[in-house]
Amino acid sequence: MNNIKAKKRVEDFTIIENKRLNKEFFILKLKSAGELPVILPGQFAEVRIDDNPTTFLRRPISIYNVDYSGNTIELLIKIAGDGTKKLSELKDGGILNIVYPLGNSFSKPAGTKVLLIGGGTGVAPMLILGKYMKANWGIEPLFLLGYRSDKLIIEKERFEALGKVYITTEDGSDGYKGFVTQHPILNEPESNFDIIYTCGPEIMMKAIAKKAKELNSACEVSLENLMGCGIGACLCCIVDTKDKGNVNTCTEGPVFNSERLKWQI
Amino acid sequence: MANLKTNIGKLEIKNPVMTASGTFGFGTEYEDFIDISRLGGILVKGITGAERQGNPYPRMAETPSGMLNAVGLQNKGIDYFVEHIYPEISKFDTEIIVNVNGGTIEEYIDVASKVEKLNKIKAIELNISCPNVKQGGMVFGTHCPSAVAVTQAVRNAYSKTLMVKLSPNVTNIVDFALAVEEAGADSISLINTLLGMAIDAKTRKPLLSTITGGLSGPAVKPVALRMVWQVAKSVKIPVIGMGGIMNATDAIEFFLAGASAIQVGTANFINPAVTIEILEGINEYLDNNGFSCLSEIVGALDI
Repeated sequence: MNNIKAKKRVEDFTIIENKRLNKEFFILKLKSAGELPVILPGQFAEVRIDDNPTTFLRRPISIYNVDYSGNTIELLIKIAGDGTKKLSELKDGGILNIVYPLGNSFSKPAGTKVLLIGGGTGVAPMLILGKYMKANWGIEPLFLLGYRSDKLIIEKERFEALGKVYITTEDGSDGYKGFVTQHPILNEPESNFDIIYTCGPEIMMKAIAKKAKELNSACEVSLENLMGCGIGACLCCIVDTKDKGNVNTCTEGPVFNSERLKWQI
Repeated sequence: MANLKTNIGKLEIKNPVMTASGTFGFGTEYEDFIDISRLGGILVKGITGAERQGNPYPRMAETPSGMLNAVGLQNKGIDYFVEHIYPEISKFDTEIIVNVNGGTIEEYIDVASKVEKLNKIKAIELNISCPNVKQGGMVFGTHCPSAVAVTQAVRNAYSKTLMVKLSPNVTNIVDFALAVEEAGADSISLINTLLGMAIDAKTRKPLLSTITGGLSGPAVKPVALRMVWQVAKSVKIPVIGMGGIMNATDAIEFFLAGASAIQVGTANFINPAVTIEILEGINEYLDNNGFSCLSEIVGALDI
């Protein structure tokens, strides 16, 4: 993992765009009043919703894009409950209080043959990772993005601007019909990647970790555990690891080499 | 600038704002956000004799105006603390107080004795109120003779300031407060979390792996205030109040109810800089209301 990490901070951002993509996903584009710290791919923000009793705790959201020239960040959010529903209703010009940049980041691969797999809202860290690897590691990203149907596909053109994009949909409405692990890119003789990066539902990441093992590829997964604080204090977001037992997803992760996790795969 | 000094037993602290154990790590987690040395004290994460892995995930559930946790005293044990953590946090110019836990009285004594040797640490908080462990914790804190036994045993083994953190999960909190005072406590911290649970009606499953857990946050504040008030007027030793303090006004309410100092817990998760804001707010309240020192408002509830 990359160790050059910026200091964590609490900051009020101004919402400059709330863009609804479809019935499940939206993007909040936020502007900082000052200069952004370095944000690494895989890092996340803890977003304050409001003071209402049912949205008391912050919500951890992965960072989708960073623009240092405009001092803006984008958060790709899925409407999952009360908190994210309220975020989806925020208006331009409003203020959003976030704690960031949190967590570790994806690591630089040993080679250049890499695959970035995102499922649903898990495509968010894949965009920022793809952009980062192209700019900083000189690696052209290859994306495999899985959705339930074509209506839920997220900003395909932004991924295509960075590299080749394969799509799978469960209903076959776009791309390959089936799950990401069934896609030919993962089932050919030349499917031996130096590393597979992934974020999405745990069941998908477990299947990918298993596949990566078969392919003799390294695999890094980004976990979406429930979190209290996001800064390593509450010890609520733990994941069981082979080397250290229970560790905080928020500070040791959210990115883990799949081999570290005690997953039954 | 009012005089904010207060005492938590034999120990005087520079201001009444401390952090509640288990909500502030070892202080280093918050260094990016605040100057830890401005705080009156930090209560580090609960420590046991041997390393503990704590309870399985999920350990947390959001509930109206609060949260349930079932961490279960995950920590690396006292020896690791002494060797690796204590040297790192000794740099903070604030009172570092160790929250001491055990499954048996012997384990409590083992931890307390090892902490006593650490020069920088002038107080411990005996945790007899953790609701998330099968042995020790709340088992001691909800049975009066056990609370007395563990307090007496640790008192005999530990000579510096001994705080005892009580469980609110009892019928009469005053009985416990008087009993641990008699057993040698220098001050009383209250409240620990209230035992609660949460259920997902959709899946028909509990939200915590342990089914029950400890409730904290503003939801528990009225209970905490009531208990601080009842205890503070019954004991002679200082009371350290906590339970849902989110801002300076909440803290002031605890002082008025009789608390000599306060601990900020769950609020740290929502605003990592909240402790300093509370400290500044307390000072502002005292100045604006013509008080020259904190002690003037402790127990000053106008009835």
